[in-house]
Amino acid sequence: MPRINPQEVREIATLARLRLADDEVLRLTHELDGILGYIATVQAVDTADVEPMTHAVPFDCPTRGDEVGQSLALDEALANAPRRRESSFEVPRIVPGTGGG
Amino acid sequence: MSTLDYEAVIGLEVHVQLATRSKIFSVSSAEFGGEPNQHTDPVCLGLPGALPVLNRQAVDMTVRLGLAVKSHIRPRCRFARKHYFYPDLPKGFQISQYDEPLCEGGAVTFRLDGEVRQVRLTRIHMEDDAGKNIHDSSGVSFVDFNRAGVPLCEIVSEPDLRSAEEAAEYLRAVRTLVRYLGISDGNMEEGSLRCDANVSIRPRGASRLGTKTELKNINSFKHVRDAIEHEIARQKALVGRGEAVVQETRLWDPDRGMSAPMRSKEEAHDYRYFPEPDLPPVVVDEAWLAAARVALPELPEARHARLLGLGLSAQDVSVLVAERPIGDYFDRALAAAPAHPKKLANWLINEVLGRVADARQLVDPDVPVPPAALAELVELVEQGTLSGKLGKEVFARMWQERRRAGEIVAAESVSLVSDTAVIEEACRRVVERSPDEVARYRGGNAKLMGFFVGNVMKETGGKANPKLVNEILRKLLA
Amino acid sequence: MTPEVRGLPLVAQAEGVARGTWKSRDLVEAYLDRIARLDKRIGAFLLVDAEGARRAADSIDRKVAAGEAVGPLGGVPVGLKDIFVTRGIETTAGSKILKGFIPPYESTATARLAAAGAVRLGKLNMDEFAMGSSNENSAFFPVHNPWDLGRVPGGSSGGAAAAVAASLCAGTLGTDTGGSIRQPAALCGVVGIKPTYGRVSRYGVIAFASSLDHPGPFGRTVEDAAALLEVVAGHDPMDSTSIPQPAGRYRAASKTGIAGMRLGVPKEYFQAGMDPEVEAAVRAALDELGRAGATLLPVSLPHTEYAIATYYLICTAGASSNLARYDGVRYGHRTAEAHSLEELYGKTRGEGFGAEPKRRIVLGTYVLRAGYYEAYYGKALRVRRLIANDFAAAFAEVDALVAPVSPTPAFKLGERLSDPLQMYLGDIYTVAPPLAGVPALSQCCGFTKSGLPIGLQTIGPALGEEAVFRVAGAYEARTDWHRRLPEDPA
Repeated sequence: MPRINPQEVREIATLARLRLADDEVLRLTHELDGILGYIATVQAVDTADVEPMTHAVPFDCPTRGDEVGQSLALDEALANAPRRRESSFEVPRIVPGTGGG
Repeated sequence: MSTLDYEAVIGLEVHVQLATRSKIFSVSSAEFGGEPNQHTDPVCLGLPGALPVLNRQAVDMTVRLGLAVKSHIRPRCRFARKHYFYPDLPKGFQISQYDEPLCEGGAVTFRLDGEVRQVRLTRIHMEDDAGKNIHDSSGVSFVDFNRAGVPLCEIVSEPDLRSAEEAAEYLRAVRTLVRYLGISDGNMEEGSLRCDANVSIRPRGASRLGTKTELKNINSFKHVRDAIEHEIARQKALVGRGEAVVQETRLWDPDRGMSAPMRSKEEAHDYRYFPEPDLPPVVVDEAWLAAARVALPELPEARHARLLGLGLSAQDVSVLVAERPIGDYFDRALAAAPAHPKKLANWLINEVLGRVADARQLVDPDVPVPPAALAELVELVEQGTLSGKLGKEVFARMWQERRRAGEIVAAESVSLVSDTAVIEEACRRVVERSPDEVARYRGGNAKLMGFFVGNVMKETGGKANPKLVNEILRKLLA
Repeated sequence: MTPEVRGLPLVAQAEGVARGTWKSRDLVEAYLDRIARLDKRIGAFLLVDAEGARRAADSIDRKVAAGEAVGPLGGVPVGLKDIFVTRGIETTAGSKILKGFIPPYESTATARLAAAGAVRLGKLNMDEFAMGSSNENSAFFPVHNPWDLGRVPGGSSGGAAAAVAASLCAGTLGTDTGGSIRQPAALCGVVGIKPTYGRVSRYGVIAFASSLDHPGPFGRTVEDAAALLEVVAGHDPMDSTSIPQPAGRYRAASKTGIAGMRLGVPKEYFQAGMDPEVEAAVRAALDELGRAGATLLPVSLPHTEYAIATYYLICTAGASSNLARYDGVRYGHRTAEAHSLEELYGKTRGEGFGAEPKRRIVLGTYVLRAGYYEAYYGKALRVRRLIANDFAAAFAEVDALVAPVSPTPAFKLGERLSDPLQMYLGDIYTVAPPLAGVPALSQCCGFTKSGLPIGLQTIGPALGEEAVFRVAGAYEARTDWHRRLPEDPA
């Protein structure tokens, strides 16, 4: 019983914004099927009353005071921009209403 | 069933930009504006290897808000990553809160048509803001990350609102509250206060919720009302035709006065939340809460009730409560002249407020007429040393010259003449030179009293004590 | 005097510079010469900054001549895994998607090395985004094991391990998320330590799995690794998961000896599947430790069999998240033509990422999907706690654990590329300590008949680097493996 099929791989690739070639999709489906089968073995472990371990550190979140510090100079902030205009990063036209959270 | 018997059910998600100096997870300035990308750093640009460090002030501001609305403040809360792709989201995820937000429950009070209403809150949580996408007429868009990383708190209400008007008043109450607390400007035009609405309809009396739509792009109080009203009507029309309301997100278009579904095809937002590994859980202990409680100001609703209790009119109270500095100024003046709350309110509203561009100037140490000075002036008027009219002139000079009323009065003998002899003298002169009017007055035309009073005031250069003038004239004309 | 740098420990190099026995510039030129002659066969370096190294070395030499202090690593040439962000110097994380990325800021760990006087020779090859166990996933070219050029050096810090093994620099910094310092250290016969989680700042370390990423040093000797760790460890306010304490005294610990120490031997780490030569060498090492005065006791880490699955659930979820920022907007590769956002993202990421990152992004996205979270990621976090509890329970009985590092010595290039799951299963002995956050070190404990190094792993309790260094130092003091050097490639 396959754990994952090519359609689902395509859906996930879309979620993750990865354009995959057809042969990549098929190869990934096959590989992930095997890996998922192996990974699913954790489900056999009894974890009733076990707290999730999200951090390997025992301390609480440190905080800092509200002081303004050094920002990057504009040329530094933009130095790696693949496309820019003046001091903004350029992207293909965003159609309002097609994204965001 | 006619859709006339349907009620609207509305919940609002309000994002409040917190007025910290630096960003929530990095040290760049959080100030509004500036040249694009002027206030950025590796963290808020999402550079490889950058890590967040939490600004304590953002937590404190959210704690104070939670206390003000009587939320339960979690002693330990967590950040979570909320994933989606958009150019203004530099990391490809927002650091927000999911399972364990800072505040749960609570309620916001507002007034509508004289009635006090309460809207329950689901939660309040912290998160980082995204940058801004700017569109021009060409085939490209531009991204400015100055705003990326500015702290936000999101206030989620239960669907307790029942009309567009209620929604607008609720939002106004939230705005007033965050300004009272000093945690935000609450400015919708500048984006420091933003609102999405969840709207559904159902038969009146039903307990199940109808399918809801989410409304976005609501940028002003007017939009709140218009967009929600439009949506309620749209849903009622659908249901009236026997169609179903589709769960979707719709963008409000203020120019066309209508909303349209957002064209996001796929995943209706699977944000794939998981606990933020770069930030351990945040602890807010009893000492923190105690200090925050002590720092809470008198809140709008409590102030509203207290001022009403002083006998002020509902209209005056709503002006005094609208901005915290106005009420603060009033209270300080009242402390100096405790016997005259109504008068103080009138003077403050009619004379002082019009002279400041921003209510915050009222509590500036540099204000031309400080509260105690206003109180002094009001005392002089109430004692009879100054008439109302004279008082206004004195006030104008106080404001312009930054002088106390007592000083102006003493230095320039600006005060009502209360010397009975002087006033009687003036009254006799007026009466003697107006025999016709005297006859008509005695003949029953009581309105002519104004004529005599006016003339006496002219004779005395406006300085006669009007009460005495009236008394003496009545005796003379009897 | 120009020193023979081949095999010369870092600590000795620093002492030589400080005493004026040789100049930092001499060390730098010696290494640059070796890199020029040998690295085309090995492939350890992605970038060599000869001019920058010479300038830094000259500056150190001027200070020494003027009698000024130059720091504990003064003048010593080091290499940095290309996962550390270095200001003004290209940083790629081994990926095409970051080719040409010049960071405007410096990582804390590398800044501390520089402040201690170390001279940066260049950036080291690695598996793309630290994903791999063989350094065959580098987008640029693979690394060859200096002990046998037809074999892998291990990964993901393959370049960092090979560079020390082949004496292309005196010491290096790498990262370990599931074994990426310890396994290449074992396969290359050098010392590598994954410290306690949070011991070394992650600020400026390109993130793979965040809660599992551990920066750490490689050295020729235990003392070298200790010296490097002393410099880079310690609290950093820029990293909110950074341990509040300062660095410990690890060099001293490595000379303390182990008389009276109780060492646990986890039985789950000695089950079927180990190469017999590896097992023999590791067992011989345990005997040696016994002769050095330690008591060896059997212990159990009962959840070991779930460690790989737990690791891959957590690290792929982290990877899918940490790699979301590579979108062609602010830095890195951007597809040549995109007329929509979808095209920009889809093509940029499709072109820029190699097969292993794509695999892990897809897997990680899958396990975080609404509806799957509790069964996969949520479950893994709970099993993680059980694994951490296993270690805590063991450390209530013993001071440290000793175990193998890799079930096999270095395998042939290309041997494991067709089945990714097989590659993952090789991580069996290394994935658990990062899940628990406990420190673990790898050092050479022998060679196969064909001359391939075998590694011994020492695992300590959280914050217990001193115990780890005590064991490793004591073992090294009684053996000669660390003096054996690979032949220079022809």
